[in-house]
Amino acid sequence: MDNRPVLLEVENLQTHFRTMDGVNRAVDGVSFHVRSGETLAIVGESGCGKSVTAMSILRLIPEPPGKIAGSIRFQGRDLLGLSDKEMRDIRGNEISMIFQEPMTSLNPVLTNGQQIGETLRLHQGLSKSQAEERAVEMLRLVGIPEPGRRVREYPHQLSGGMRQRVMIAIALACNPKLLIADEPTTALDVTIQAQILDLMRDLKTRVGAAIVIITHDLGVVAEVAERVVVMYAGRKVEEAPVADLFRTPRHPYTQGLLGSVPKLGSSLTGQTSRLSEIPGLVPSLKQKIPGCVFASRCPKASDLCRAVPPGLALKAPGHFAACHYAEAEGSVAA
Amino acid sequence: MSQRVLEVTDLKKHFPIRGGLFGSTIGYVYAVDGVSFHIDKGETLSLVGESGCGKSTVGKAVLRLFPLTSGQVVLNGQRIDDMSAGALRPLRRQIQVVFQDPFSSLNPRMKVRDILAEPIRNFGLARSEAEVDEKVGSLMDKVRLPRDAVNRWPHEFSGGQRQRICIARALAAEPDVIVCDEAVSALDVSVKAQIVNLLQDLQSELGLAMLFISHDLAIVEHMTHRVAVMYLGQIVEVAERRALFGAPRHPYTEALLSAVPIPEPGAARERIVLQGDVPSPIKPPPGCRFHTRCPYSMERCRKEAPRLRDDGTGHLAACHLHDLPAAENPLLNKAPPTAFRAA
Repeated sequence: MDNRPVLLEVENLQTHFRTMDGVNRAVDGVSFHVRSGETLAIVGESGCGKSVTAMSILRLIPEPPGKIAGSIRFQGRDLLGLSDKEMRDIRGNEISMIFQEPMTSLNPVLTNGQQIGETLRLHQGLSKSQAEERAVEMLRLVGIPEPGRRVREYPHQLSGGMRQRVMIAIALACNPKLLIADEPTTALDVTIQAQILDLMRDLKTRVGAAIVIITHDLGVVAEVAERVVVMYAGRKVEEAPVADLFRTPRHPYTQGLLGSVPKLGSSLTGQTSRLSEIPGLVPSLKQKIPGCVFASRCPKASDLCRAVPPGLALKAPGHFAACHYAEAEGSVAA
Repeated sequence: MSQRVLEVTDLKKHFPIRGGLFGSTIGYVYAVDGVSFHIDKGETLSLVGESGCGKSTVGKAVLRLFPLTSGQVVLNGQRIDDMSAGALRPLRRQIQVVFQDPFSSLNPRMKVRDILAEPIRNFGLARSEAEVDEKVGSLMDKVRLPRDAVNRWPHEFSGGQRQRICIARALAAEPDVIVCDEAVSALDVSVKAQIVNLLQDLQSELGLAMLFISHDLAIVEHMTHRVAVMYLGQIVEVAERRALFGAPRHPYTEALLSAVPIPEPGAARERIVLQGDVPSPIKPPPGCRFHTRCPYSMERCRKEAPRLRDDGTGHLAACHLHDLPAAENPLLNKAPPTAFRAA
């Protein structure tokens, strides 16, 4: 059993947005935890609330129209109860974030060194020259050639992969305990993606930060995560250690998701059969759904599913699924 | 002998770079630099590569969305690369396109019915309005959308449904070739599977030839017959699906395949992580264009550009390594990068 201390504990997180035509329940009662040094992946399709969950942890949701409820405890402190100033001391220092778009997340009028140095000067009180020295060190750490020259250059002089490395350097500059990476490789090409994933794995062992990686790419999940949370329509539908999730997915949504991705090498093993489809569409989050959120697309859905929302139940060690019909370990073989 | 629908020979597209005080041409972007391939009836050829390799430019050039720098494009036996716009117009019926972004490729001010009726009227494929309606209805059936949705606006549909409308619009012209330019890349995983299945069904039903441009290798392997790999404006390898994914004969293909994350935790395989970035297509490196990132590059690669050569089985690759004795060739005698052991 994992006995690393719990670093982050999110409980019954609800992030709702007031809109012209009703309340959008982007995240509706999600709970999970992250242990220190652990890599947790949050997977789901667009609109499932995975990015909003990440933004809620750092309180980057504008309020109003947003409203965050529940509790987010980081090292025992409830982040939702902190003042804006206290929150600023945590952002970029103890918890930092990498965004999807390295093109738009860097400031085009500041040099790479200034952007890395900014967090250091703010949180660690370094002088300008000390900050630049440390920035060069960080650029070297993330594998940018000629860091002494690159530190004085501007983001537009770098390629997409290099910019993402600068983003990672900024995020890691203050040795955060938790790094949230929101689709860190989605905008990158596969060969560059491989470089960045290698870098993240390598840095994790060296820096020892816990990582929450948010992605829709199941391949990336399999490569970097230890534990996985699957989200659908603002709720957590399944949580499991990564190997269990891929071997025996228990929620019909996860099963459908895994069946709908072709595997590389399929032509060699002769597995080029039809992809399984999940029929229909994600339901609108503006209406309160009485039963299971997946019932409208689920092949196993019954009247029970449409009326009563299933709770998360333990199906195997460390493996939770929110489904009335998910089989538990030891019952009929899946 | 199957019927050749599209044949492209030594296609080049160089975009001029304007600069200086008087906007004179100060250089060229060598976006596509000598690409040849062919597609037969009922066949899917995939064009894969990373961003900036010129794969979309090839697609647009084949569609004649801009004039070519040089090269030949033969569609159903007719050369279309040097045809005037007027002469080409009726032939455009034979080659249609589905783009990546279903949000920006449908006119928001046209109802679905008008979007689908436009190509039918344009190419004179129906004799009466009643026949137009009938054709529009059967197109909706083909892409599995309800017939009564024709009176709705594009914004009322989700991304996957809009992509179905785009496919229906392409089919409305009754084409022989469809170019799919990253047609499933913008879609969510579960919706992607729906569209991939739809495209496969339509192809076998209608005998379409397809040029499938994509960067997603797992999808490509799933749905293609042959694959062409592009790097910096050139094709470096072309082969049947099984040959390419099982035994790649170009180091770039090998690295590309090994870089794709596999949804199989703990899968052990040899990964080749390429160093650096793709060089600029404004100043492509001399010799083999891949030599700056190639793990096996030799002296010869820096000077002499390799030609695309057949290994005798229809598997083409442009690499000097194949001139070495087989025992010294690092690409042979090796487990394929797509083979992996489950943990």
